[in-house]
Amino acid sequence: MGVADFAFYIFAISAVIGGLFTVVSKNPVHSVLWLILAFLSSAGLFVLLGAEFVAMLLVIVYVGAVAVLFMFVVMMIDVDFAELRGQMAKYVPIALLIGVVLLLELSLAFGVWQVSENAEAVRRAVAPDMTEVHNTTALGQLIYDKYIYLFQTAGLILLVAMIGAIVLTLRHRVNIKRQNVMAQMHRDPAKAMEVIDVKPGQGL
Amino acid sequence: MAEFLATPLGIFVLIFAQVLAIIAFVMISLLFLVWGDRKIWAAVQMRKGPNVVGAYGLLQSVADALKYVVKEVVIPAGADKPLFVLAPMIAFVMSMLTWAVLPFNDGWVLSDLNVAVLYVFAIGGLEVYGVIIGGWASNSKYPFLGAMRSAAQMISYEVSIGLILIGVIISTGSMNFSDIVRAQDGNYGFFSWYWLPHLPMVFLFFISALAETNRPPFDLPEAESELVAGYQVEYSATMFLLFMAGEYLAIFMMCGLISVLFFGGWLSPIPGLPDGVLWMFGKMVFFFFIFAMVKAITPRYRYDQLMRIGWKVFLPLSLAWVVFVAFMAHFGAFGGAYARWAVGG
Repeated sequence: MGVADFAFYIFAISAVIGGLFTVVSKNPVHSVLWLILAFLSSAGLFVLLGAEFVAMLLVIVYVGAVAVLFMFVVMMIDVDFAELRGQMAKYVPIALLIGVVLLLELSLAFGVWQVSENAEAVRRAVAPDMTEVHNTTALGQLIYDKYIYLFQTAGLILLVAMIGAIVLTLRHRVNIKRQNVMAQMHRDPAKAMEVIDVKPGQGL
Repeated sequence: MAEFLATPLGIFVLIFAQVLAIIAFVMISLLFLVWGDRKIWAAVQMRKGPNVVGAYGLLQSVADALKYVVKEVVIPAGADKPLFVLAPMIAFVMSMLTWAVLPFNDGWVLSDLNVAVLYVFAIGGLEVYGVIIGGWASNSKYPFLGAMRSAAQMISYEVSIGLILIGVIISTGSMNFSDIVRAQDGNYGFFSWYWLPHLPMVFLFFISALAETNRPPFDLPEAESELVAGYQVEYSATMFLLFMAGEYLAIFMMCGLISVLFFGGWLSPIPGLPDGVLWMFGKMVFFFFIFAMVKAITPRYRYDQLMRIGWKVFLPLSLAWVVFVAFMAHFGAFGGAYARWAVGG
């Protein structure tokens, strides 16, 4: 067993363990941490495949951003997770169903990807020659040269989704005091202050 | 000897020795950086600073470190024990990991990754977990508030740091730090480095680095007048030492990043003088001096101001700069100052 094999089994086992404990651990914060372990292990697997760019993106996007948000949410919300977990038996059949369907779909997709007659030729036609260009460069050529319009369209769809989410959640409450930094900076003493000569014994 | 180093065991021994060398270098410079930080701070405030242990108090950090190590580790009763212990380790290890890809001289780099910039960015993003987990596992209000502040702050400023990095990547055509430094090698020494074409971003990067490492004036996570000490309130002894060391390592790493990205790494500022590791080290120490000066002379920001500056000023500016650099690089403006693909990638 070479070093690469050894590394593969380490990453693979820790990914599976991470996924398992994400589901079974009692505390939601621990769940998120196990999920992070699973993400990091899959990033390690990507590195072993020679796709270090994808690995780094996985860490930056999922571990550095998405999981932090998860963490925020599960730390801040006040939900009795033990109670939720008590109803788990009710949801097990449908969860299993979804799991089986996903597994079937994945195995179909990857099976076809592996054994289909034209698959190899089609893949080779798309991908730049990996012996000539580095994988980051290859990815750049595919996304920004070959499929630029599709890529931009995907970006636009995400933008619309983002704007939609903001529009749906944004509400302007009227009775809230807000700071206007420009107004604060351009206040001048002449307008904001008044000097009053108070006569003794009279008050204002 | 050369034959042995080509065997798997030899490679392992070699890498292990390199790792040890980097850790030793970083930890020893850390001791004196903490001392220097306190001395500079003291000088600005017309105090003497540490001056008892060793000549000029040089060994003060050693004494402090020893004291931290021999003290009792206190774990609060309601704390989540495994996570409470894990948090400082994450904070320290993540700050240490980034040093693997920083080139100190031409070829003097532990791991010459092709995606080194992304690697530093990714690992830097993991540093926030030490803070969040530490604050949460302490099971106490002040650490938790500190952790929340810190997480929001570090994530906000990571965005603009990332965009600034993209500008440099576009100019170089590579994400390798050594390539980035080589691309800055020119006939004009100091003036062929990236700070000139990327001038506004140098300041943005520096300020973002301050916020990212929780340094004053952005030290809100540990604002002692409001939160006692933020996420580290419940920590004592070695675990506190790990947090502290991790923080200083991250700061020193940021100094290294500024030197490599904008100030030519190991390159000599004067054409004709030899390049070398001393330049790199000198630049890093110089930027650390500026970090220390900023700590001494600026008042702390308010939290809403910090967030406003991050999202409403830095993010649009750095985003616009990416577009600007892309155009300049594409059309080869200013004699190709923005597009050094021939030398870099």
